[in-house]
Amino acid sequence: GPGRARAARAGRWVRRRAGRDAGRMGGAGPGAADEHRPVTVVPGAVPRRQLCFAWGPAEVLVCETLFGRAGTGEGAPSTSRVFVVRRDQDIYIQTLRKLFNESHGIFMGLQRSEEELAGKSRKAQLVQVSKNYRSVIRACMEDMHQAAISTRDPALQGQYSTQVSILSAMELIWNLCEILFVEAAAAGPLLLRLLDWVRLHVCDVDSMVREVLSSENPSKHKLFWNVVDIFVLQGRMDEARHLLSKEASANPTSMNMYKILDDLMKKMPVPSLGNTQTLTELELKWQHWHEECQRYLQDGTFASNPHMESICKILLGDEDAILEKKELMTTWYHFLVTRLLYSHPTVKPMELRFYAQSSMDLFLGGESSPEPLDMILMAAFEFEMHQVIKECSIVLSNWWFVAHLTDLLDHCKLLQSHNLYFGSNMREFLLLEYASGLFSHHSLWQLGVDYFDHCPQYGRVYLELHIERIPLSTEQKALKVLRICEQRQMHEQVRSICKIMAMKALRNNRLGSALSWSIRAKDAAFATLISDRFLKDYCERGCFSDLDLIDNLGPSMLLSDRLTFLGKYREFHRLYGEKRFPEAARLLLTLMTAHIAPCSFWMTLLTDALPLLEQKEVIFSAEQTYELMRCLEDLTSPNPGSAPFQDDDVETTKVEMLRLALARNLARVIVKEGTVEGS
Amino acid sequence: HGDVSAKFCSRRSADALRPLPPRLQSPDVFATAGTTICDNRISIWSSGDLGNAGLNGEYHGEPRLLCDIQHNGDVMDMQFLDQERIVVASSTGTVTIFRHHQNNQTLSANHRWEKAHYHVDQDTSCGGAACTGVVCSNPEIVTVGEDGRINLFRADQKDAVRTIDNADSSTLHAVTFLRTTEILTVNSIGQLKIWDLRHQRNEPSQIFSLAGDRVPLHCVDRHPNQQHIVATGGQDGMLSIWDIRQGTMPVSLLNAHEAEMWEVHFHPSDPDHLFTCSEDGSLWHWDASTNVSEKPSFLHQGGRSTAYLSHSTINQSVVSAWLSNDPTKDRMEITNLIPNQTLSVNSLDVLGPCLVYGTDTEAIYVNRQLFA
Repeated sequence: GPGRARAARAGRWVRRRAGRDAGRMGGAGPGAADEHRPVTVVPGAVPRRQLCFAWGPAEVLVCETLFGRAGTGEGAPSTSRVFVVRRDQDIYIQTLRKLFNESHGIFMGLQRSEEELAGKSRKAQLVQVSKNYRSVIRACMEDMHQAAISTRDPALQGQYSTQVSILSAMELIWNLCEILFVEAAAAGPLLLRLLDWVRLHVCDVDSMVREVLSSENPSKHKLFWNVVDIFVLQGRMDEARHLLSKEASANPTSMNMYKILDDLMKKMPVPSLGNTQTLTELELKWQHWHEECQRYLQDGTFASNPHMESICKILLGDEDAILEKKELMTTWYHFLVTRLLYSHPTVKPMELRFYAQSSMDLFLGGESSPEPLDMILMAAFEFEMHQVIKECSIVLSNWWFVAHLTDLLDHCKLLQSHNLYFGSNMREFLLLEYASGLFSHHSLWQLGVDYFDHCPQYGRVYLELHIERIPLSTEQKALKVLRICEQRQMHEQVRSICKIMAMKALRNNRLGSALSWSIRAKDAAFATLISDRFLKDYCERGCFSDLDLIDNLGPSMLLSDRLTFLGKYREFHRLYGEKRFPEAARLLLTLMTAHIAPCSFWMTLLTDALPLLEQKEVIFSAEQTYELMRCLEDLTSPNPGSAPFQDDDVETTKVEMLRLALARNLARVIVKEGTVEGS
Repeated sequence: HGDVSAKFCSRRSADALRPLPPRLQSPDVFATAGTTICDNRISIWSSGDLGNAGLNGEYHGEPRLLCDIQHNGDVMDMQFLDQERIVVASSTGTVTIFRHHQNNQTLSANHRWEKAHYHVDQDTSCGGAACTGVVCSNPEIVTVGEDGRINLFRADQKDAVRTIDNADSSTLHAVTFLRTTEILTVNSIGQLKIWDLRHQRNEPSQIFSLAGDRVPLHCVDRHPNQQHIVATGGQDGMLSIWDIRQGTMPVSLLNAHEAEMWEVHFHPSDPDHLFTCSEDGSLWHWDASTNVSEKPSFLHQGGRSTAYLSHSTINQSVVSAWLSNDPTKDRMEITNLIPNQTLSVNSLDVLGPCLVYGTDTEAIYVNRQLFA
């Protein structure tokens, strides 16, 4: 089942990254072939047994074969199971459904959004969309976290925690892409954004701060300097100074030293978001401040306090001093941002790649090799958008992330130059994959429809293929599917769905429902088939079933000749029942002479005429009687074209009775008409 | 529009949802159900409207899940039988009564009629037919289904009190009580039928139908005070108002949604207001009170509360706004309560100032200030 398959893939995030430059973009991705990808073990399948498979739209059917097991034949258990292997198994995770549902709304909003909005307001709009996506990821993470806490099942807990880490990685990557690509922050503000990014994602300092502040003597707390350092490393100067003031008041001897450090920290120039200062002004101020720090360090102002000295070194951007705090930064990208803050505050977007690479090398120091997440972030710092998407496709267990990120980047007009050697373009390719995954889910499939709608080249074809495969468990579901097809003029699919439903109803002996389905599809052939069933039932039982339907056919009666006949024939019975004999007689005759009734039914109609012929009143006129006679003769005369009239005893008697009745009626009508005309 | 709070239930929620009958003034508890195949659940929610919940400082605008329970098959419809019991119609044809234990916030199955609706043969392993509608008037429960069958159950009896096999040759989509012994059904060939359960004849006492194309009807509701006024919603999104005292055709046909109208509800205490929801993702508030309230506004130029009072007295005296000859033109005020929604609104219910609705994006929404 999907549950087991999911378990086998859990923890993919920590898997070592495989050959970065191998494979080609787009070909990679969840479930796609990549020569460096590990083997996916089908859980429950007998190891080393040959498997065969068949591709489905979003799944692969795998089954065990006997191939390669010759010789062991009898001893082995002869289980032959079929496995459904899904490509996008995250679709089936309960707690992620919120992500899929809510992001669908954001996606739709983005597709509707005004492209005409120029420059800044368009950018603001796109940044807002990006933020909305991120807030959904965060909300999901929150839910997942709560679920992990509240569950008692350790396996489930593990699963939730894995999901939390995957979601948090997704958000981390998305946020960086938002800063670098969507907002495309310029030198100056870029650093501020990166600082926010680090502050948001580095495991929270707040609990540590609370612990320190709530202790009796904060400055004596063993974590005191750690907290101060963290604040400094993250550029949170005000908070760092606030803490330091506690140390100063507790330790009057270092008061002077403290005042100098505090002043340096206060004076540190930072880029501003507005246009209040130019980059050159900032660089000048920065240079000045830097020299001042340098002076204090060199004249040994802080020599007596190693903590303060190290802070001063950090302010100077001393790589070794910063690296010493490796444990507090935990990641190379935190190190990168800290390093930029204290040595290159006006870093330009295009310069990021150099600092990023060297920061990673310095931080990892050859001790450990980079993880997939590291490589993705590195690709982002290098502005290799396609590389980011490719890596994410390989590493993440869902298409949600890449599909939505790519769509957003495409709306930012960043991906236009890139064409795939297959399909249409990357945006569409990824959206199609994601939507196909949704379609394999029993309740998320409706979201998929909207995604297909926004894939101009192949969306329609995909939708046509998928929509026909939705299981139609109830009529309501069928109606929903039908509505989708009708709105998109998918006539072929409308016909097929109605036919399936009509067939189901027919099998359940629900002739009325069957007929209304074929009326909806305007399926004349099927309406004829059902009408025949009604008529057959009538011939067998002598009464109509489903009168409520047949009496109320309305204009839909014209859908097929047989249906028209059914309706008219029933009308005859109603007229007869209401003793409106002349009208009934006229209708009966018309049914035959206008060839509305099928020939096979004529005998029944003629038999229906018998009681009318036997009435006290003369009902059929002479002309009508002749016509009835002609009908009877047509039916009984051996016609080379048609099947021979059945010539058994019962039929012969019937024909004889009819002839007699017709002859008597003719006699009566001649007398009557003669009298009437004569008088 | 008021204060709408949403909760994504992370499961196909709210194909059917009902507020509990009001306790005190505010309907603070409602039930939802999902329609997924493998993880269908019936849930009881608190709408989060805890009144003066400021005491513990934990006021949450979001609906809060109180308890839930597994359910077999898609939930097609559900209805509160009383304060504690909910009757649920399943796509498997089973009708179940669930009991909500309020002391320890749990749900349990109280009684079950397996395959109340079925095709061909009730005893075969398969062949259950979806039960599409349920309506309760404690202790009586009436269900209808895709099998065209009508069942009358009593909450305390093991077997059906009455079953009308083949009551309809097409699918019955919805049912509601007209009077204590009479029910109304709508079907997939555009007919509205009245059944008198006292009569042993297995035929409707009256059939009304749409003219022209027999557009399927999906939902039906009866005016709470004037029982001859009935509203139905059809596959083409049209709202039909019927006066069952006269004629066989609707009094008025109002162009409404662009796709199937899934539910229609008169406001139980302020029936000049009507609510409809649709596959096209919209939820409409029809306000027929505007033409009535014009006059009293001259008489009572007091504060808002007086206007409101006069409003409710007028309801009983004046001929209903719904039957006036031309309810469409400049008289009816119609508001779409959810612009920009793309996926179907499957279910809604309204009680007092609260509106609850559920959508195909697996979310339920609560609007607590309908008339604000």
